[in-house]
Amino acid sequence: MTPIIELSHVTYSYPNSDTPALKDLSLTINQGEWVAIIGHNGSGKSTLAKLLNYLLAPTAGDITIAGTPVTEENMWAIRDMVGMVFQNPDNQFVGATVADDVAFGLENRGIAREEMITRVQAALTEVQMAAFADREPARLSGGQKQRVAIASVLAIQPKILILDEATAMLDPKGRREMIALVHELKTRMGDELTVLSITHDIEEAASADRVVVINDGDLIETGAPAQVFANADKLREFGLAVPFAEQLKEKLRERGIDVPASYLTTEGMVDWLWQSISTK
Amino acid sequence: MFTNMIIGRYMPGNSWIHRLDARTKLILSVAFIFVVFFANNVAGYVVAIAFTLLSILLTGLGVGVFIRGVRPLMFLMFITTLLQLFFVQTGDVLWHWAFLTITTDGVTNSIAVFVRFMLIIMFSTILTLTTQPLAVADAMESLLQPLKKVGFPVAELALMLSIALRFVPTLMDEAESIMNAQRARGVEFNEGNIISRIKAFVPLLIPLFINAIKRAIELGDAMEARGYRGGDNRTKYRVLTWQKQDTIAVIGFIVFTVLLIATKWL
Ligand SMILES: Nc1ncnc2c1ncn2[C@@H]1O[C@H](COP(=O)(O)OP(=O)(O)OP(=O)(O)O)[C@@H](O)[C@H]1O
Ligand SMILES: [Mg+2]
Repeated sequence: MTPIIELSHVTYSYPNSDTPALKDLSLTINQGEWVAIIGHNGSGKSTLAKLLNYLLAPTAGDITIAGTPVTEENMWAIRDMVGMVFQNPDNQFVGATVADDVAFGLENRGIAREEMITRVQAALTEVQMAAFADREPARLSGGQKQRVAIASVLAIQPKILILDEATAMLDPKGRREMIALVHELKTRMGDELTVLSITHDIEEAASADRVVVINDGDLIETGAPAQVFANADKLREFGLAVPFAEQLKEKLRERGIDVPASYLTTEGMVDWLWQSISTK
Repeated sequence: MFTNMIIGRYMPGNSWIHRLDARTKLILSVAFIFVVFFANNVAGYVVAIAFTLLSILLTGLGVGVFIRGVRPLMFLMFITTLLQLFFVQTGDVLWHWAFLTITTDGVTNSIAVFVRFMLIIMFSTILTLTTQPLAVADAMESLLQPLKKVGFPVAELALMLSIALRFVPTLMDEAESIMNAQRARGVEFNEGNIISRIKAFVPLLIPLFINAIKRAIELGDAMEARGYRGGDNRTKYRVLTWQKQDTIAVIGFIVFTVLLIATKWL
């Protein structure tokens, strides 16, 4: 496994505040991993994301992306490797039409027009938005705009995709479709794409390879979803939601029913319930 | 309420005029403003009106749309015409009362000004009705290229303009929802005298303004994250292409100009 994102002892304080938003944070993410970052509002998740492509520069500590130090000299090379999708679908739509928006990142990199046309087309096909190439953002749904945002990132062919609550403003259907899309991309691109997904949606986080919990600028825990979510009390302590299956297990336990100690997804829980009913 | 405030908003279509290059339409619309002054007799105005009508017909949008486009400016036209009527003192006196005098020259002049005004507005409306605002921005960028040599930030200005245009509907939607939210709190937007109406807009403008700044900050981050760094190394996805019909349109306009000048000797 090759590390692709390495943070060592990173601290960041906003210029106008005296408490650091991130404190002495160290974290390594391997190539091809899908990592979910969770933490309550204001815990420093977006700050972490912005440090990774030099939208913010760390107050102390070092960050490297694929072996390249994240510094002012390297910022453009870093931004070629790290694509970001933000929360608000409207505030990241730069182009006047879907195709123009996807082309924006390519224009910035001085890519020849013929190449742009093929890349825009390919990226839009990948997110199933090719039919909307000439649409203005005003005539798209939030979910469609976010897919365009993903296409804009894909057109750059980055190594890392960071989603900063990219599904937070979508309706449940849009959210499900978006998560499915990222899963699809991940399956197709395998280790070529590393996904860092910041989210409040616990079910979304549960589908990641690894979960990182941040609380008030501190990295609290990192581990497989099963491991992190199995501890409901700890999640509550950090102001986080508890996955539905864990809530159900707690309730069953209260009624004196023996439930498995290990973490189960909602589907896993359904299977377990069927089994325990049929073996009774 | 915001949608009907926009004069001459783009109306999609696929007419001959729609398909013209935005640069052609922009140049010809500006040129028309000057050329129309060559008309100084009835024959001249007939030629100018005929040319404008022909252009309007070629847009396939119907004359009604254009008349509606002129309506918001009627007041201005009326005032200008009246000023002409009373200020021109040459020619035979037709009517006189206290300090007000109407002369024959005054009457002809005010008719001339009215027609000219009308034609210019209609002709400019052809540009705005048949061309996407973005294409107009592109055309301006393309036509302003020479100014780059003297250090004028043409590309930056064009991007600014295109982003501004892109955010018009977003901000309108937002204004609409803020207004609804304020109405729910009892703010009346269309009642009372002018002062209280203006006052009612304060609780609309402040949140709108604050949100716009927030949007701008986020948009700035998103643009940087996507590699925007200004400067001249950017390529362009959207290109304008000069076609045969653009040459035909320019030739048509030159013929019109020559005809118009020729009417002088009629
Ligand atoms: N521009 C800024 N200036 C000063 N302080 C800031 C700024 N942006 C964020 N902060 C502060 O830094 C801390 C971390 O903010 P951050 O946006 O990283 O949180 P977050 O985990 O992304 O929260 P959310 O879940 O609400 O998006 C918060 O206490 C916040 O108030
Ligand atoms: Mg955030």
